[in-house]
Parts: sequence; structure tokens; C-alpha cells
Amino acid sequence: MRRIGIDVGGTNTDAVLIEDGKVIRAVKAPTSEDVTAGILDSLKSLGSTGVLEGKRIDGVMIGTTHFINAVVQRRHLTKVGALRLGMPASASLPPFCDWPEDLAALVCGGVWMVEGGHEYDGRPFMPLDEAAVTKAAHEMKAAGLKSVGISSIFSPLDPSHEKRAVELVAAVIPDVAITCSSDLGRIGLLERENAGLLNAALADLSRDTIAAFEKAIRDSGLDAPLFITQNDGTVAEAAQARRLPVYSFASGATNSMRGAAYLSGLADAMVIDVGGTTADVGQLKNGFPREANSVVKIGGVRTLFRMPDLLSIGLGGGSHVSLDPLKVGPVSVGYRLLKDGIAFGGKQLTTTDVAVAAGILDLGDRSKVAYLDEATCQKVFGEAARLAEEAIDRMKTEAADVPLIAVGGGAFLIPEKLPGVSQVIHVEHGDCANAVGAAIAQVAGECDQIFKDLTRRDAISAASDIANDRAVAAGADRATLQTIESEDMPLAYLPGNSVRVRVRVVGDVKATA
Amino acid sequence: MPLRDITLDDIESLAVGAWVLGTGGGGSPYLGLLNMRALYKEGYRVQLLPSDELADDDWIAAVSNMGAPLVGQERLTDSRTIARAVDLMERHTGYRFRGIMALEIGGGNSIQPLMAAAHLKRPVIDSDMMGRAYPEAQMTSVAVGDLAPCPLTTVDVRGLESVVEKVPTWKWMERVSRKICVEYGSIASTCKAPRSGAEVKKWGIHGTTTKAIAIGHAVREAQRNHTDPIAAILSVEPGKVLYRGKVVDVERRATEGFLRGRTRLDGVDDWRGAGMEINFQNEWIVAWLDGKPVAMSPDLICVLDSVSGEAVGTETIRYGQRVTVIALPPPPVFLSEKGLQHVGPRAFGYDIEFKSIFA
Repeated sequence: MRRIGIDVGGTNTDAVLIEDGKVIRAVKAPTSEDVTAGILDSLKSLGSTGVLEGKRIDGVMIGTTHFINAVVQRRHLTKVGALRLGMPASASLPPFCDWPEDLAALVCGGVWMVEGGHEYDGRPFMPLDEAAVTKAAHEMKAAGLKSVGISSIFSPLDPSHEKRAVELVAAVIPDVAITCSSDLGRIGLLERENAGLLNAALADLSRDTIAAFEKAIRDSGLDAPLFITQNDGTVAEAAQARRLPVYSFASGATNSMRGAAYLSGLADAMVIDVGGTTADVGQLKNGFPREANSVVKIGGVRTLFRMPDLLSIGLGGGSHVSLDPLKVGPVSVGYRLLKDGIAFGGKQLTTTDVAVAAGILDLGDRSKVAYLDEATCQKVFGEAARLAEEAIDRMKTEAADVPLIAVGGGAFLIPEKLPGVSQVIHVEHGDCANAVGAAIAQVAGECDQIFKDLTRRDAISAASDIANDRAVAAGADRATLQTIESEDMPLAYLPGNSVRVRVRVVGDVKATA
Repeated sequence: MPLRDITLDDIESLAVGAWVLGTGGGGSPYLGLLNMRALYKEGYRVQLLPSDELADDDWIAAVSNMGAPLVGQERLTDSRTIARAVDLMERHTGYRFRGIMALEIGGGNSIQPLMAAAHLKRPVIDSDMMGRAYPEAQMTSVAVGDLAPCPLTTVDVRGLESVVEKVPTWKWMERVSRKICVEYGSIASTCKAPRSGAEVKKWGIHGTTTKAIAIGHAVREAQRNHTDPIAAILSVEPGKVLYRGKVVDVERRATEGFLRGRTRLDGVDDWRGAGMEINFQNEWIVAWLDGKPVAMSPDLICVLDSVSGEAVGTETIRYGQRVTVIALPPPPVFLSEKGLQHVGPRAFGYDIEFKSIFA
């Protein structure tokens, strides 16, 4: 097994080559405006020692913040026609109703609501009004819309109305890109629909970005399939990722945590990823980040994405330090660290300067920070440790001491001993943990739906079968599948022993034959 | 105090405060809030009327949405549906309602009367029948007062309408209306038995919309100012902190159509080393500290996110959450012998004597 992992961050693009479970080579390069060129550069740099020559690569796994940045910065978004199947219900809360106005103005290309949808138990809520769907499609076509988001009541349980609407719309607008809310999972019409509309808004950017990634791989001379890493630490094949870009929103942080697990050999631990500006604290369970269970807002839009549960604090390698009174962060010099830090001839004292003064880092000019005595350095590190300790304690889910893996360029701020932590682990290649996490990503399948009149065991078993099939469809090797989450919740008020079951399975990417 | 305008900011606060008073149940008020934002944007306005302004022979509509919170997340509440339930009751009885009140101030049902009031151009009465949220129809002040349980109207967004004309008891009303609700798809908008002004004044739990707004306002202010939201709640309500801790276990089971279970917490701060367990039936019912009951219904047990101060529901509470448990005083109507028969610990199957933490 030989894989390349690439993390395209805001500042740096990291790339690693992993062969039979070992990191062979890791490189860091500045991220470039031209996506293809940036990735091509890092692939060239990775291969400059000849490690890639004559070797078959099983996959290039790329993690990117392109899509979430597009939403947050309101750039490169496509106008979307929203089609909801479920009238006469929910009419007072149409699609886009809880979006920030500026984003809705950019994305909303019109709203169409027609009869359709299902009940919680699978009965049709209303028959699908096919004529109205076709009429809506003609209006969308007349408005010049090329991207459509379709949602339907209880479509995670029964997606048939959404699927039929896709056929009807595609018959009218042949080159349309359509996102179905049922492809995005969970119960909660508004949040699921929001996710679908965001996804549809990324249709053009997703197509162009994935094409640029593929071109970079081709131009580098590699013959390897492209995978895109997902929020939950797994990957999707390029074709699926192109269709569902929202699933890669939070993959950077997830990759760091998964990389930390891999490099340390621990499956259950706390992780702190200390970058230049912020430190993200999360928890690994079974080698995957614990997911946030609640509503996650992306660029101001409520969604129910599968996202890691992270706590970000303003502590990093570029954090401003003031000595009297003692304060570390949350402001940071960010990417100007190597210019603005005192050890580098600048004027702003940072945590990196303090580490240089203490002899922990060998960077810049140590004489410029020689005025910082040992006791002062220790006080600054003590404050950084206190901030980290507080964040870790807030994210811990058990009272007992747990191991902590410290990764990222600012990991030097995490001391060898912390209260509430059994052991602090610093790992080799920890500064490229995100690219390592991308390289080792797996494929997942999930099922989240309501089962009626089944025993609890049969319901979980039925859900597992669905999740397994979905994982295989997404490119997993069936022999390696394992269940990493299984949760069942009986439903208040619903008759007939209704139980909602959520099962998630993961497996290794199937090797290309 | 006469009629006063409810501002949109009041409604934003109501959504937060009513979720706290929901004591773990009642469903999230978020979708109700979205409806009100839309209505206010279209120019609709709602006013609040204290119940002591009512004449004895006024008629008041009591409304609530009934069903599974999960279905409510897919079939989103439409402000017009609850107005239709009131309209159906007016057509059925021939009454013209002076105002509209909430059945339960806890959770999403706190906003239903505002939606009906906006469409029907009547005031919201500043009273409800629970002072919190409870799972069953007989767990209300009007049931404690043995007021008539019928008629009741139920309405579905597709135009289905039913009237329950006659039932002998509140428990019968619960059974029959529940059946209708399930057929509708486990969600229905209902107008409960009409109440006279005299009945509302005698049996209503008063000032609860104002109270929910005040609680929510305190929490939102604290969030804005980065001060302690729990302390903010306790500055407007005479409550007590019971515990601070972390969720270490949640066990849920559906029995007889309810969500029952328990959650276990591990203490932090002053409670380090002490364990709390809270039992629930849709709402938080009994809190045990190291095996001893410390708070129980009808005292309000509120589990709050320690950082945001916002309520944590029994359906959504999860492992690892940091919570603060507080108790708020119960409506006095539930403290009588009859009141405790309806909502005391034994009404939920706990063979313990009610002892208020505020006694």
C-alpha cells in the first residue's frame, strides 16, 4: 500500500508519502493561488529524491479548505434553484428562510414548493405533483439556473420522491447539477435542505477544483486515483466528492486528528493541533474524531453536517505575548511570523520568539531575544500550558487522566506534563499530521433512519447492512469494514416500537486491481 | 398593566427562556421563532394581555401543538395551522375568543399562541396551564381544578379537521386525541377546551410568557457580555443551583409512547466526587444526588449548557456535555394534595414523598 496525502491549507500545502504504514517523506510548501500549480509543486518536491520513481501509487488523497472558504468568504458560488417536495406542510418556512441575507442574495435563484413527501412511517404525506415539478423545471430553465437543490419531507427514510423529481428536472434541463437532500443524511428538513443548497451552490467550484486536482496529478506523471478527504476522517472517490463537496468542509482539522492517531499508534486520546494562530482540541475515539451532535453553522447557515467536535482557542506559534501583565494570544501574527517576530528582526514578541530564547526552537537570531531570561520564558510557557489545559479539560468526556497527542507547527507549546493528562505525546512528522491523516483516510458508509416493528437487534442489524452497502458503493473493501458507531434511539410518541438507528462503518479503500 | 406590544426581540428571548422552562421537553422553539420572524417581517404584530384584565365571561382559546418532536423537524410548523385549530373551535362552539393562551409555556408550545394571535388579531394571554412542560393532558392546572376537558379541535396542515366532542376525563382526552394525532402523522395543531375569563383567572398560571421572556433576555444578555448565563437566570428567578458536572451516561427507552430514561453526571467544581442521576419522562422528573432524591416534579429541574446557559433537552443530551442543573420553584397550584396527585413523583411512578427544594 503506497499513498500520497496532501493537505492544501490557507498558508502551507503539506504532502507526505506513506508506504506500508511508514512515512517515507514529508514536504511543506507555500500554498499558491493557482491550485494546479501548487499541488504540482508539492508533488514534484515530494518526488525530488526519486522516491516516487517506478512505484505504483494506490491513491492521492487531498484535503482542502476550498469549499468551506468559498461559503465563508462568499466567493465562487453558483445560483441555485430550490425545489421542495412537501406542500402543503412547512409553507411558512420556505427554503433559505434562515440564511444570512447576504448569502441568500448570492445563492438563491428562486424557490419552488410542490406537493409530495413522506410520513415518518413511510406513508406518503402527499402524492408527488409531477406536473408541478416539471413546471418548476421549465421556470428554472427560463431563469437560466444550472444548479438545483431538491428536498423532501422525510427523504432520509424514503428518497423516492426526490429521485423522481431529479428525473423530471433533468428531462427539462439536460446539463443541470442536482443535489438531493437525502444524499446528505439526517432527519431535520431545514438543516438537511440547507446542506443541500450549500452543496448545490458549490457545483461549479467543485467541478473546477476537482478537475484542477486531477490535472495536477496527471501533469506530475503519476497514474493514481484521486480521493478527497471528508469531514469525518474518511475519503470519497473524486466523482462522489465532486457531487458532494460539502462533505469536505472540515476535513483539515479531521485529518490532523487522524494523522495524530496514526503517528502515535493511539486510537483513543485527546489531540491538540497547535497551528500559527489557533489550537484545535478534539477527542479521538476508535481512531476517529468525536463528532459534534448539534447544529453546526457554516458561514451562518444551520446544517446537520458530520463534523468533528472541536474547541478552538487562540493559542499558536504566532500568538502575541505581553509580559506585564502576562498574556498569551488570542491575537497572532499569523503568516507574518518569520517577519514580525522579534527573533526575525520584527517588533512583536510571539510564543515562537520565547521558544527560540529558551533554546527549544533553533530559528531566527537567538541574540535578539536573549533579553528574555529563563524565569520569564517559563512563565510564558506556563500560561500557554494553562490555556491548553483548560481547553483539554472542557473537551474531555471522562474524569480519568487521558493521553494527549500534540501535533502541528506550534506543538512545542505543549509541555511534557499537564494536569488531567496521563501522558503527553509528541510525534515525528507531527507538523505534517494533516497530510498524514489525508494519506491514511478510509471510506465510510452510514445509515440513519427509523425502523418499525423490529426488535432492537434486528433494527441495528438492518441498519448495519445498509451502511455496509453504502461503504462498498463509495469504494471500500468489504472485507475490511468495521462498525465504528452504533446508536439507537426509541422515538417518543410514535407507535409500534419505532426506533431510530444510526450506524456508521468504515473500511480501507479498495486497492485498484 | 394593560395590553403591551411584544417586540421581535422579546420573541427571540421567549424562545430561549421557554426552552429553559421546558425542563428537558416541549421541543425546541426554533421553528416557532422562525415563523414569528417571518410574520413580523410581513408586518404582523402581537400583543400581550395580563389575565387580570379579563372579564369573567370572556372566552379564551388554549392552544398547543401535539406530536413527536422528530416529526416536527420534518413537517415544519406553519403559523396558519394553529390559527385554523382556533378558528375551528370558534365555528364549533359559536364563541368569539377574547384572546389566546398557551397550554404549556415550556418549549415550542410557548410560541404557538403568538402564531395564532398574529393571524387572528387577538392578544396573547400572559398565562398558561403548566408553568413548564409536561407530557400528558391531565398534568395541567385546569385538570387539577377539574375543569371540563372537552371539546378539543385538532387540525392537520392538509386540511384534516377533527373535534373531540365528549370525553369523561382528562385521561380519556389524552387517549382519544393521541390516536387522532398518530393518524395525522404524529403531529397535530390543537385547540383545547375553551376557558372562561373566570376560569383563567382562577386556574391559570400567570405571567409565564413574561417570565420566559425575562429568563431568555437574561441568558442572551449574559452571552453578549460574556458573563455567567446561569447566574443571570438566578438573578431574575429565585432558583437554586443543584449541581455542575459532565454527562457520563444517557439511557433512553420508549415505553407507552414516551421517552423515558436517565442520565448520569460526574461532578465538577464544588461537586467533584459526587454523582447525580436524573430520571426523565420526556421532561426531567427526579434528580438524585449520590442516591438521594434532591429535586423532583413539580419543582422545575432545568439542565443547562454550562457555557451558553441554554437548555439541554432529554432527546438531545449526550455524553460529554458540560451542564449545570438548576431548580426553579413550581407553580403553587401543583403543591396541593390534588396537584401532587397529578404531577408529583408518584404520578410518574416514583414511590417517594414530594419534598420541594424550596420548602
